[in-house]
Amino acid sequence: MRRHDAIVIGAGHNGIANAAFLAKAGLDVLLVEKNDYIGGAAVSRNLHGDWIYSNCSYVCSLLRPEIHRALDLAKYGLQVVPYGGSVTLAENGDYFGSYPDEDASRREIMRHSPRDADAAHRYERDIMRQCRFIRQFLLRTAPDPASFKPRDLLELLHIGRKLWDLGEDTIADTIRFYTMSIADWLDEYFESPLLKAAYAGSGIIGSALGVMSPGTAYVLLHHAMGDVDGTAGAWGFARGGMGAITAAMQRCFEAHGGKTLAGNGVARIEVRGGAVTGVTLENGDEHRAGIVVSNMTLPRTFLECMDPKDLRPEFLEKCRNFKIRGSSGKLNIALEGLPDFTALRGNQELMRADLHISDSIERLERAYDDWKDGTWSRDPYVDLLIPTLTDPTMAPPGKHFMSVFVQYVPPKVRGKDWTDADRDGFRDTVLDRIEAHAPGFKKMIAHVEVRTPRELEAEVGLTEGNIFQGELTMDQLLFNRPIPGYAQYRGPVKGLWMCGSSNHPGGGVMAAPGANAAREILMHLKKPNTVPEGWRDD
Amino acid sequence: MTEHAPRSAIVIGAGHNGLACAAYLAKAGLSVTVLEASDRVGGAAVTREFTPGYRVSAGAHLLHALDEGVRRDLALERYGLRMAAEDLYTIALDPGGQWLSIADGALGGPGALDADRVSMAKHHRQMSRFARILDGIGDRRPPRLGTQNWRDLLALGRLGLDIRRLGTEDMREFLRIAGINIFDVLEERFESALLKAALAIDGTLGAMLGPRSNNSVFIALHRCNQGRDWALPSGGMGTVSVALDGAARAAGARIRTKTRVAAIRMDFDRACGVTLEDGETLDADVIVSNADPKTTFERLLGARHLEAGFANRIHHLRTRGCVAKLHLALDGPPRFTGLDADQRGQRLLIAPDPETVEHAFNHAKYGEHSERPVMEISVPSVFDDTLAPPGHHVLSANVQWAPYDLKGGWSEAAKQGFTERCLDSLEACAPGLREQVLANELLTPVDLENEFGMSGGHWHHVELALDSFFMLRPVPGAARYSTPVPGLYLCGAGSHPGGGVSGRPGRNAARAVLADRGRQ
Amino acid sequence: MKTFDISSREHYRNKVFPSPFHAHQAALNENREWSRWYDYLSVPAYGCETLEYFAGRNTCGVFDLTPMVKHRIAGPDALPFLDRLVTRDVTKLAPGRVGYSAWCDDAGRVIDDGTIFHLREGEYRLCSQEHQIDWLSINARGFDVEISEVTHDIAALALQGPTSAAVLRRMGCSAVDALKPFGLAHMDFGGTELAISRTGYTGDLGYELWIDPDRAGTLWDRLFEAGELHGIRPMGSLALETLRIEAGFILAGRDFAPALQTVRQHNTRSPFELGLGWLVDFRKPLFNGRRALLEESRKGSRWALARLDIEDNKPAEHAYVYDTRQRKIGWVTSATWSPSAKKNVALATVRAPHGKPGEKMRVEIYYQRELAWHRKMAQAVVVEGPFWDPPRRRQTPPADF
Repeated sequence: MRRHDAIVIGAGHNGIANAAFLAKAGLDVLLVEKNDYIGGAAVSRNLHGDWIYSNCSYVCSLLRPEIHRALDLAKYGLQVVPYGGSVTLAENGDYFGSYPDEDASRREIMRHSPRDADAAHRYERDIMRQCRFIRQFLLRTAPDPASFKPRDLLELLHIGRKLWDLGEDTIADTIRFYTMSIADWLDEYFESPLLKAAYAGSGIIGSALGVMSPGTAYVLLHHAMGDVDGTAGAWGFARGGMGAITAAMQRCFEAHGGKTLAGNGVARIEVRGGAVTGVTLENGDEHRAGIVVSNMTLPRTFLECMDPKDLRPEFLEKCRNFKIRGSSGKLNIALEGLPDFTALRGNQELMRADLHISDSIERLERAYDDWKDGTWSRDPYVDLLIPTLTDPTMAPPGKHFMSVFVQYVPPKVRGKDWTDADRDGFRDTVLDRIEAHAPGFKKMIAHVEVRTPRELEAEVGLTEGNIFQGELTMDQLLFNRPIPGYAQYRGPVKGLWMCGSSNHPGGGVMAAPGANAAREILMHLKKPNTVPEGWRDD
Repeated sequence: MTEHAPRSAIVIGAGHNGLACAAYLAKAGLSVTVLEASDRVGGAAVTREFTPGYRVSAGAHLLHALDEGVRRDLALERYGLRMAAEDLYTIALDPGGQWLSIADGALGGPGALDADRVSMAKHHRQMSRFARILDGIGDRRPPRLGTQNWRDLLALGRLGLDIRRLGTEDMREFLRIAGINIFDVLEERFESALLKAALAIDGTLGAMLGPRSNNSVFIALHRCNQGRDWALPSGGMGTVSVALDGAARAAGARIRTKTRVAAIRMDFDRACGVTLEDGETLDADVIVSNADPKTTFERLLGARHLEAGFANRIHHLRTRGCVAKLHLALDGPPRFTGLDADQRGQRLLIAPDPETVEHAFNHAKYGEHSERPVMEISVPSVFDDTLAPPGHHVLSANVQWAPYDLKGGWSEAAKQGFTERCLDSLEACAPGLREQVLANELLTPVDLENEFGMSGGHWHHVELALDSFFMLRPVPGAARYSTPVPGLYLCGAGSHPGGGVSGRPGRNAARAVLADRGRQ
Repeated sequence: MKTFDISSREHYRNKVFPSPFHAHQAALNENREWSRWYDYLSVPAYGCETLEYFAGRNTCGVFDLTPMVKHRIAGPDALPFLDRLVTRDVTKLAPGRVGYSAWCDDAGRVIDDGTIFHLREGEYRLCSQEHQIDWLSINARGFDVEISEVTHDIAALALQGPTSAAVLRRMGCSAVDALKPFGLAHMDFGGTELAISRTGYTGDLGYELWIDPDRAGTLWDRLFEAGELHGIRPMGSLALETLRIEAGFILAGRDFAPALQTVRQHNTRSPFELGLGWLVDFRKPLFNGRRALLEESRKGSRWALARLDIEDNKPAEHAYVYDTRQRKIGWVTSATWSPSAKKNVALATVRAPHGKPGEKMRVEIYYQRELAWHRKMAQAVVVEGPFWDPPRRRQTPPADF
């Protein structure tokens, strides 16, 4: 048993980023991970033959460039390669594609509605206004509106001033944007149903809301605020799969003297005299530190890994009320060849893009109705990518890896735990859906890994399978995330900190919660700050 | 442009807000003319006979929002406002007789669970505190956003202070739940499905959203804010309008019914009067429209008289009404299982659990009516014998969801089909009711639009939601009752603080007209 | 021939489409260089850019205008629709006349500028730099008007320069004699209607020709036949750019950021801030942006457009502009050496109240000589009107050369 300055629980991207920033500041940091591999939900797994799966998160855009640079991830082997465009397949055999070429994209929209082709400019302007607004707050700690501390008051004033600076119309639109449904929002721009469906998908990914639910416009923003090399809203692949991101972070962490223990989860966070003293692992090993940082979800941290006696009942009640319902599932598929999507025949450009299946607002919403009733969507929204068309490292030449993200999948099936039969039923629903658009697809399958919320919780530790470690609704954003009064990464016990996506600014492979928590910890320890500020955009 | 203070005003529409606005303006010395298209005043706050001998409040049927200030300022009692019943409470019906009642946060009836009693009292106390914040701003003219004007900043600062004054715990809870859905909040707090269903109805009634839709807490607060007590005006809701009419006339306002305004007239860049359907023109310094914003700007004024960006915002207003009104003439009192005679007259709700409410809403999203509608029922004749022949009763129910844009349209067959669904639900809670029905009437949102002139047949004229509230209601640029057209004001439910028979938009609009004197 | 086709989803295989004049342009394009202008290929310079420029000022140059965005606006309410849309009074635009105007959003920020052709009673054509169909459709609500984009249905050539009238006369266009600036005439062209407007982007005598794409090739041939003795020459976009800056014309996306696409609202400009105050007619009771512009006219603008005459000959592109007390007040948006005025000229956006004619400023120019960079703080003076404004631009009937 050794004493460390800090112990970080969970080697997901936020945990490693947090550990790396602390180590960079000279702290002796121990990173513990329950799985025998690191990466959390940003992993590259070799589960069948020569195929590598990004088996949880699958694309990269939100990773803050400031962090990418501050941790020197390029030096430690991370390469992010953009992929072009997206395509939404329609049931009538047509599709709507979005191309890397601006004029081609405009003409493609014109094919569905000339007016929408032009309205897209107005739409992108307004989305970008919101992106610029929110990006300023990603690498900052949210203020506590109930506090009278000068720091909180100043930060509150800062946010107010930034909002005020937007001017009357844009302030109004900002309020509306945060409170409207993506379906209503899109109605103010577009007329083509297919186009609306294509744009609406980003409003529901990972969320327990339907496209008609108020609050989904923000979820769309959460997916649009990233960038690749400054191209806003662009998405890319981490070369070698999403594990390349965490692997690079891990190398950075180790280069700064960090130690990692993988293969044993934390059984308990130890508290004595109102302060954290360390952790006890599942194998009984104890490790001591005055600082413990949890990258686990809020419920897992406080309801599973702590003695309830160490926490106030009201706090526990709030943890139990934390909304972290899973709504997504995933299929990772090894393919012997390249499937042939009937609609796309020969369109290599769109094959490399992000493929969506679901062609109208009503279909998307009905998929959500199933989730509300506790079943996976019979007609699900599918977000499908074939990274091997861009990244040569993930499968042998000619073979392909297909990442299939599915919305909606409930955390429990009609109130009961998932069974293997349920899982197979879900798998078949999704495979049939793809087969309908790509006849012969099923015959190419070499292996399928199915991940329902049950697997996501069991393997990655995502409570209820929620990919964002907590839903992205108004009650759990900014100073409300994860729970009001605890939005500054500081836990309810002295020495206990939180750095996971349960915290502001939320999920996605962004690493901002991990970085923000590191900044707070270092400030608390009066150590020099190693966490970068957000880049300013004038 | 007129530099002088307005001396004359035309109010378009004699709905309760139009009448209230007219009364306030007339009291301030303006020469006021109210123009009403139909042959009676009151708009949707009206009592009318739907079958010979049976009268009912055709639009709003329970009074719970009437602003105390309006009531006092205009001395409505002097002009005939009496209550047939006050302090009504809510009863959630149950086919098995396991009903429960909710009165001021206290649970009663066989269906009440002990586990919920404490939570309900706490919930009620908290929601009432939160509602007072909305209540407070309901009195105020919304500020402009993004200005450096101290008045605007002060107004927002005041709102911030109101929230702060809740104290740390309640403030945090307010900021947490104000923007989310009632379903999740109820799941946190209560056990009883029937109770949750009843509270879920409060979060959805009159709105195109389900209990699981974010904004439903806001709707619940909005209802709670207006709801001191549920009351039944003697003689139906029309009595409120008659009293407002009396107050306005006494203050000197002229009220012309059967006078339909065809258009608002412009003199260069300013509204200067109206043209009536028969071609007559009337002039005034100020035009105040009690019509909904879509009707006001698109039909009466014309989009061409607006700048395009503003007109675009008006075009995108959500005005899909979703509540139908069911009226039944009964040959005896409805026998709701387990309720005594007095309880029959309370505010009755039908929905077994919040999931059923959500499922009922699901249909509306796709332009279908609910298979199992949820209902808010009033049997006013229990307390008011002026509405039906002796021993007979009238039943009035708000039923949702019945979307304005029903696929295939509201044909007679569709209306009949939906009426049957409603009767099924009623029959389950009041066996034998079907046999008691002498006559029925279903007013769909399309009928409400035709009868009361509100776009989409929407209660609130414009969907009530966080994106259309306070500084944003109905749209930025017209949220302060004044509009981009000099001389034209709004005073209807489409303006802050929204619908319900409160008189507040009307009163606030009158104040805005008077406050703008000399600033034009 | 109309070449633009997006009826098939295979359109993505073509990133650009040949213009109806493409074959003719390709034959003359000695440089073999092409640039993209929306859906079409455009020629930066056929050969020597300088010679092409001087064709525009000395003889005449031909520029393919087909890719320019064009809209047809027709119907009983076409006039009130346009009058609400743009800042100037469209009721004064008689059939057969063309008017230049800008249009704004409600906040009075310029969305785009362009020309309105009153083709015939109740039918107009609006030409613009940016696509406008979304904004026009939003504007159309409440009007009985038909709006469509016709960019691909009309082939267009700009024929600009002192001998352009002579070329048209030789081609048989007698209407040229009576055609005043901003006038529009039609002539029969082998059974097709050829529209000729006395308009252009060069600030000189010049015309724009509008025709069915099927007859585009023939028009080009006839024009070059007729122009052979008048020094006709194809002209690329680089030469045109010099010509338009000399004329003092602004360009959307260069000299101002179009409001509907601009994320940072403070980067948009009002007509007053672009020197287009003369286009704003407050005598109209309503047009988009009127309220905001009235307020601006009362309170003052935040920016101004300055036409700068800069000492010396170092090109001032991307330069910062300072006042005489060395305070940064703006930047250059377009700049060129003016071969006709023999001046170093620029358009700049500067903080109001700077930018008044006669005001002296300093321009921070970085320029390169044999890879070495130099900085020069050059003296500049704000001038009024175009840098080049020959009388022949307005002379009617125009002379042959």
